[in-house]
Amino acid sequence: MAETLLAVRGLSKRFGGLLASDRIDLDVVRGETHAIIGPNGAGKTTLIGQLAGDLRPDAGAIRFAGRDVTGFDAPLRSRLGLARSFQITSIFRDFSALDNVALAVQAHRGGNFRFWRSARDERALREPARVVLESVGLGARAGVLAANLAHGEQRQLEIAMALATEPRLLLLDEPVAGMGLDESQQMVRFLGALKRRITIVLVEHDMDAVFSLADRISVMVYGRIIATGTPPEVRSNAEVRRAYLGEDATP
Amino acid sequence: MTVTVALVLEQTLNGLQYGVMLFLMAAGLTLVFGIMNFVNLAHGSLYMVGAYLATAFAAWSGSFVLGAALALPATLLVGIVVEVVALRTLYERDHLDQVLATFGLILFFNELIAIIWGRAAIYTSLPPFLGGHIRVLPGVPYPAYRAGIILVGVAVAVLLWVLVTRTRLGMRIRAGASNRTMVSALGVNIRLLYTLVFGLGAALAGLAGAMAGPIYAVQPGMGEAILIQVFVVIVIGGIGSIRGAMVGAIVVGMADTLGRAFLKPMLATVISPPAADKAGPALASMVIYLLMAAVLFFRPEGLFPARGRS
Amino acid sequence: MLISRRTIVLGVAGLLLALVPPIAALTNQPFYVDLFRRMMIFAIAAVSLDLILGYGGMVSFGHAAYLGIGAYAVGIPAFHGIDNGFLQWSLAIVTSALTALVIGAISLRTSGVYFIMITLAFAQMLYYLGISLETYGGDNGMRLAARSKFGGPIDLHQPMVFYYVVLAILVLFLVLGGRLVESRFGMVIRAAKSNEPRARAIGFSPFRYKLTAFVIAGGAGGLAGALLANQTEYLTPEFMHWTRSGEIMFMVILGGMGTLVGPVIGAVVLLLLEDVLSALTAHWQIILGPLLVLVVLFAKRGLFGLLLGAASRDG
Repeated sequence: MAETLLAVRGLSKRFGGLLASDRIDLDVVRGETHAIIGPNGAGKTTLIGQLAGDLRPDAGAIRFAGRDVTGFDAPLRSRLGLARSFQITSIFRDFSALDNVALAVQAHRGGNFRFWRSARDERALREPARVVLESVGLGARAGVLAANLAHGEQRQLEIAMALATEPRLLLLDEPVAGMGLDESQQMVRFLGALKRRITIVLVEHDMDAVFSLADRISVMVYGRIIATGTPPEVRSNAEVRRAYLGEDATP
Repeated sequence: MTVTVALVLEQTLNGLQYGVMLFLMAAGLTLVFGIMNFVNLAHGSLYMVGAYLATAFAAWSGSFVLGAALALPATLLVGIVVEVVALRTLYERDHLDQVLATFGLILFFNELIAIIWGRAAIYTSLPPFLGGHIRVLPGVPYPAYRAGIILVGVAVAVLLWVLVTRTRLGMRIRAGASNRTMVSALGVNIRLLYTLVFGLGAALAGLAGAMAGPIYAVQPGMGEAILIQVFVVIVIGGIGSIRGAMVGAIVVGMADTLGRAFLKPMLATVISPPAADKAGPALASMVIYLLMAAVLFFRPEGLFPARGRS
Repeated sequence: MLISRRTIVLGVAGLLLALVPPIAALTNQPFYVDLFRRMMIFAIAAVSLDLILGYGGMVSFGHAAYLGIGAYAVGIPAFHGIDNGFLQWSLAIVTSALTALVIGAISLRTSGVYFIMITLAFAQMLYYLGISLETYGGDNGMRLAARSKFGGPIDLHQPMVFYYVVLAILVLFLVLGGRLVESRFGMVIRAAKSNEPRARAIGFSPFRYKLTAFVIAGGAGGLAGALLANQTEYLTPEFMHWTRSGEIMFMVILGGMGTLVGPVIGAVVLLLLEDVLSALTAHWQIILGPLLVLVVLFAKRGLFGLLLGAASRDG
C-alpha cells in the first residue's frame, strides 16, 4: 500500500487581487517522482514557496510524513527531511563547492554551538560532503569557489546540497533551467538514477525532462490543479489540451 | 506643576507643531527610501543647511519671510548637487555602503557649517508679524509662530496630496514606491525621477529648517538630533508612504511632546516626586523608541505601508 | 609549513606593537605609549564589531552603546568606592552582554534598513539614559575616581603595565575571534551572511546564532569600554553617541571588514590620521568625511584587503 508522503489540502494564497493558489489538493506518494507543470503565471512558484515553508498559505494544510507542517518555517521543514533546490541558483558563492555541501551536512547534523574547532577540519562533515559531491559528478571541483563554477555545475551543486541533508522528499524547482542540451540531458540522467532512492516533486517547463522522469504529473492553470495522472493520462486529458494548446487540438 | 486644560491644549498643539516639522522631513525621506531604496543619513544635513541659509538670507535681506523663501530653492539646489555628484553611484550599492557614505557627508556638512558660521548656536529672532499670541480658546493664548508652522504643515500636506494623487509625476512617484523595477521597465526616465524626488525631499527639509530657526537652536549637528526621530516616524508610518509619514509624524510628535510634558507629573502620582524627577525625563525620551520597537514587533511593515510593499 | 600572508601580517603587527613601550622609553617619548594604547583599545572595539558586521552581515549602528555601558560599569562602582578591577570588568562584560541580548532579541527580528534604524534608536535611548544620570555627571560626564585595581604586579597606573594588559587582551581577542569564525558556529553566521535563504533551506535557523554572535560582540565591546574608561580617566555619555558607532564602523571598513586583522589596521590608521589632521587644522573632520565617502566608493575591501590582494578570495 503506497504511503502518502506529502498531502496538500485546500491550499490557498492570495496576493492583493491575484489568487495565486486556489484550493489546491495534492498527494505525493512515497517513492514517486511527481511533476508539476503549467503555463507561466499558473502559480507553480507560489506553490513551491508554500511547500518549502517560505510562504504562509492563507488557507489549507500541508502534511509531511504524517505531520502537519503548515505552520513550520523552512529550516524546520528542512530538518524534517524536506529539501529543496531553487529556480534561480542560490548557493554560497564565496565558499568552495565542498564548503557548500559541508554546510548542508552541518545544518542537518546539528550541534552547531561549537566555538573552537575549525569546521573545515572536521572529518565528520567533510567526508560525507565529499561523497555527495562525487555522486553528483563534482568531485574534481571540490576546492573551486562556488562563484567560479559553470552554471550547470552550480545547478548540480544545488542538488548536492539538498541531498546532503539526507532528505525524504526532494523539491526541485526547474532543475534544468538555463542549461544547454548536453547539460540538461546529463542532469536528467542523474535524476533518473536518483528517483529510485528518493521521492521527488519536480516543477519543470522542459517537457522532455518531465516525461522521462515523472511517474505522475499534476497540471496547474491559474492557481488550480486541473488534472493529475500518469503521463499518458495527462497527455490525453481534454482540459489539459485546451489549457496548453487552445480549443482545436489535434491528438 | 498643576495640569490644567489650558496646559494640555497648549502641549497638544506643541505636539502637532513638532509633528509638522517631523512630517516635512519624513515625507522626503520616505519617498527617497521607498522609490530609490536609498538610506540617506545626510537628510538631516539638508535641514541644517536650510536653517543656516534662512538665517543668513534673513539677516542679509532684513526680512524673515524673504529669508525663508530664498532658503528653499537654495537648499533644493544643494540637494540636487549632492545627489548628482555624490549619491548617484550609491543607488546600486547595498545599504551598508549608503549608510557609511552618507555618514561621511554628515561629517563634511557639519564641519563646513562650523567653518563658515562657527560651532556656537545662533539664534534667529521671531518675525515681528508672528511675534505675538493668538487666542485659540478664551483664556488659551498660543504663540502665533507655532500656529503658523501648523498651518504651513497643513498646506504642504494638501499640496503633496494633490501632487501625488492628481499629477503625472505623482503617479510615477506612487508607482515607483510600489515597484521600482516596473516603473523603470515602462520607460520612465528613472534618473530624472530620482533627482526630482530627491530635490523635493531636500526642499521640504529646507523648509523645515527655515522654520526651525526661531524656535530651535541652530548649530552644527542639529540635523542628526531630529533625524533619528524622523526615521522612527518612517518606520512607524511605513516606508514609501506619505500618508504613513503624516500619521507617524503626528503620533511621534504628540508622544514625544506630551511625554516630556506630562510623564513626570504622572509618575509623581505613583512614585515619590524625587524619583519621578529622575525617571521622568529619561523615560520621556525613550517613549518614541519603545513605540518604534512595538511597531516593528507587531507590524513590521508599518501602519500605512505603500501599496504592494507588504 | 605554509605560513599565510595573514599570519605574517599578524606577527609583524604584534611584534611592532610589543616594541612600542621600550622604544618610547629609549627615545623619551612616553606619549606614544598612550597613543598606541588608545589605538589598541579602539582596535578591540573594532574587532568586536567586525564579528557581527564583517562576518555576520549585521549592520549594527549602535555598537558604541556597549562601550558606554562598559565604561560606566567601571565608572559607577569607582564613584562608590568599589575599584576592584575583576569586579568592574566582569560587570562591564556581563551588563553589555545582557543589553546586547535584549537589543538583539528585538532588532534581529528585522533586517536590512530596519535593523540599522532600530539599533541606532536603541543606542540613542541608552545615550539619553546616560544623560539623565545626574548623579554620575549627566551630559557632562564624570572623572574616573581611580583606575581599576587588580592587585599584585598588575597596576594600571603604570603606563607600560597597562599597555601590555591591553595588548594581551587584543591578542587574545584576535586568537579567540580567529577560532570562532572558523568554528561550526562561525560557519553558520557566515553562511547566513552569504545567502540567508539558502542557509534556511538547508536547515539553519539563523536567529539564535546571530543573537549569540550579537551578545558576544556586545560583551566584547563592554570590555573595550572598561579599558577606555581606564584610558581616558573620564567618561561621558558621548561614548555612546551614534556618531561614535559610525567612527568604529569606519575603522572596520577602512581596515577591511570580515578579516579581524583589518579592523586593527583600520583603528590604528584612522586614529593616526585624526591625530595628524587635527594638528593641521581644527576642522579635520571636513577631510575625514569625504575620505569615508571615497573609501566606501572605491576601496570597499579596505587596507587589509588591498594588502592581501587576490589571495584573500579563498573563502
